[in-house]
Amino acid sequence: MSAMADVKLMKTAAETALAQEYAQAQGRLPGGAVVAEKRAAAFDLFAKQGLPHRRIEDWKYTDLRALMREAKPLASPPDAAAKARAKTAGKLLGDVECRRIVFVDGAFVPELSDTAALEAGLAVGSLAAALADGDPTLAEKLGKLAPASDVAVALNTALMGDGAVIRIGAGSTIDRPLHLIFFASAKPAASFVRSLVIVEKAARVMLIESHEGPAGSDYQVNAALELFVGDGAHVDHVKIIGEGSDALHVSTLAAAIGAKARFNSFTFTIGGAVVRNQLFLNFDGEDTVAGIRGATLIKGRQHADTTLVVNHIARGCQSREVFKSVLDDEAHGVFQGRIIVKPGAQQTDAKMMTRTLLLSERAEADNKPELEIFADDVQCGHGATAGALDQELKFYLMARGIPAAEAEALLIQAFLGEAIEGIEHAGLREALMDSVAAWLRARG
Amino acid sequence: MSLLEIKNLHAGIDGKEILRGLDLTVNAGEVHAIMGPNGSGKSTLAYVLAGKDGYEPTAGEVLFGGKNIFDMTPDERAAAGLFLAFQYPLEIPGVATMTFLRTALNAQRKKRGEAEFSTPEFLKKVREVAKKLSIDQEMLRRAVNVGFSGGEKKRNEILQMALLEPRLAVLDETDSGLDIDALKIVADGVNRLRGPGRSFIVITHYQRLLNYIVPDVVHVLSKGRIVKTGGKELALELEARGYAEYQEEAAA
Repeated sequence: MSAMADVKLMKTAAETALAQEYAQAQGRLPGGAVVAEKRAAAFDLFAKQGLPHRRIEDWKYTDLRALMREAKPLASPPDAAAKARAKTAGKLLGDVECRRIVFVDGAFVPELSDTAALEAGLAVGSLAAALADGDPTLAEKLGKLAPASDVAVALNTALMGDGAVIRIGAGSTIDRPLHLIFFASAKPAASFVRSLVIVEKAARVMLIESHEGPAGSDYQVNAALELFVGDGAHVDHVKIIGEGSDALHVSTLAAAIGAKARFNSFTFTIGGAVVRNQLFLNFDGEDTVAGIRGATLIKGRQHADTTLVVNHIARGCQSREVFKSVLDDEAHGVFQGRIIVKPGAQQTDAKMMTRTLLLSERAEADNKPELEIFADDVQCGHGATAGALDQELKFYLMARGIPAAEAEALLIQAFLGEAIEGIEHAGLREALMDSVAAWLRARG
Repeated sequence: MSLLEIKNLHAGIDGKEILRGLDLTVNAGEVHAIMGPNGSGKSTLAYVLAGKDGYEPTAGEVLFGGKNIFDMTPDERAAAGLFLAFQYPLEIPGVATMTFLRTALNAQRKKRGEAEFSTPEFLKKVREVAKKLSIDQEMLRRAVNVGFSGGEKKRNEILQMALLEPRLAVLDETDSGLDIDALKIVADGVNRLRGPGRSFIVITHYQRLLNYIVPDVVHVLSKGRIVKTGGKELALELEARGYAEYQEEAAA
């Protein structure tokens, strides 16, 4: 008879709609019996817990139940007009030469994708097709890395329609970055995309995901990527969240990283009305070096949450976490970062730094760094700062003749540069800095 | 017409009056030294002239090239030809020195309606100036003042001054923290820029710098006012006798 029980029983409109979508779509979602079981189990979790809300610690600052007023219907397959609009997608990357793999409203579009003449060792396919074929490896690997207890992941598993399935064979170096473009057309619909990337031993690849769509459309995206990084592999992962102004975006990267690997992940968050970006990273093998970075630039009433869980399981790994946010107007930035060092992970070297620049007195930053250390021979630390632009520095620049707006722009670029410089690809670094400059120009 | 005219200037910070009726006239091509004890208002004067937030004038006027300086933002004052060499130059992590210099130079030129420098023109100019100030190219590749020694920071101020070619440069205790070699380099840099079209206000606590930058006029600042004005010999007198008598005089 407690109040809690009453709250649980009361379903929101969005929760009810999601249940209806699942009931209706269940029969036509791709995959055999094994996958259908995974979907059912995942949906069950959602049915029990509902959308995450502020009393769930991991979602404290992003109350999805309050922020997601309604659940949009599952997107129908894109028509010719939607596909035509997707041709210009991925522009933020500028001149960076990539292999484009395009999804529109959550569905793979082969005619917009560049899957011809694949490099030796590279296999690219669509999740829907692979599930329809009953690929046993896929059925086995799906859901291995993404945390089953997370409701956003559970919804993705229950409703996943399509996504990319990529395999890089052992020892293969893929020079051309792979660019997964997830484009939303103007439909106010929901897409659930799930991708699986397997990078085998000593292979090397750069994987870029872009999520974008038109301004003014309140579409919803739930995207998850499970990434296996083999021993000695070198993987650079970049996620660009450039959704339209009214979009709701929830995405998850779940990665397992092998021994002596190099792994870099960078998230650039600039678009969307509500963004929740989750990273769950497991360091399963020894002596891996990783850089986990991100830059967030939001304004207006945008809400962007980065939630990171780094799990040091094996010994001797080094991880550097650097996240920078610039918040203007009434924007709300959230960073939750947890570094866990398991008892076996001796000689872990992990350092996390988050810095937030508040350009307005009405902007809000919430920062929750956590270290959970169960090994005794480790070097771990975290630091967090939040503050306004340094007025002394601004005066120094102005005293040299640089007008106020330009002085602020220089300082903001310098602030974000510290995170963006961690990206190894020079062209991509430039493209992101150009995007920052454009954002600053629009700010005026 | 005088380049700079300060008339009965009262100014302070946080409601505390520091300058109490300061008068000063600097003509084109002149070098004025302002000497005074700690707390006499030397740095306040520098900041009021450059337009730092919080350093507000409460009375009096300052005309620069005949224009009221308080109608201008700090960047407008810079473009009009006012330069402040900071006592403590700031480090700006993430802003490359060359980007900083080019942005500043071109912003000023743009505001004055002059053509902006192209990259090759700019590089040539910077290299020339840097060479004269013994600033090596490696320093220019770093972020502004980051990892610079005290002497390097001061030389970087003079480099900026030489590039921006102001009509009036205010040097705020540029000699502080410099060893004799660095002092000579800085003074050489200043002396090379002396000419009929450029004036200087050299703010210093010690006479030492004035051996190398020989002033036309020396002022003693005490309790926010100019209490004595003389020739270069006044600096030597101060060195020998200290500021005690002026502090008492101003207090009286």
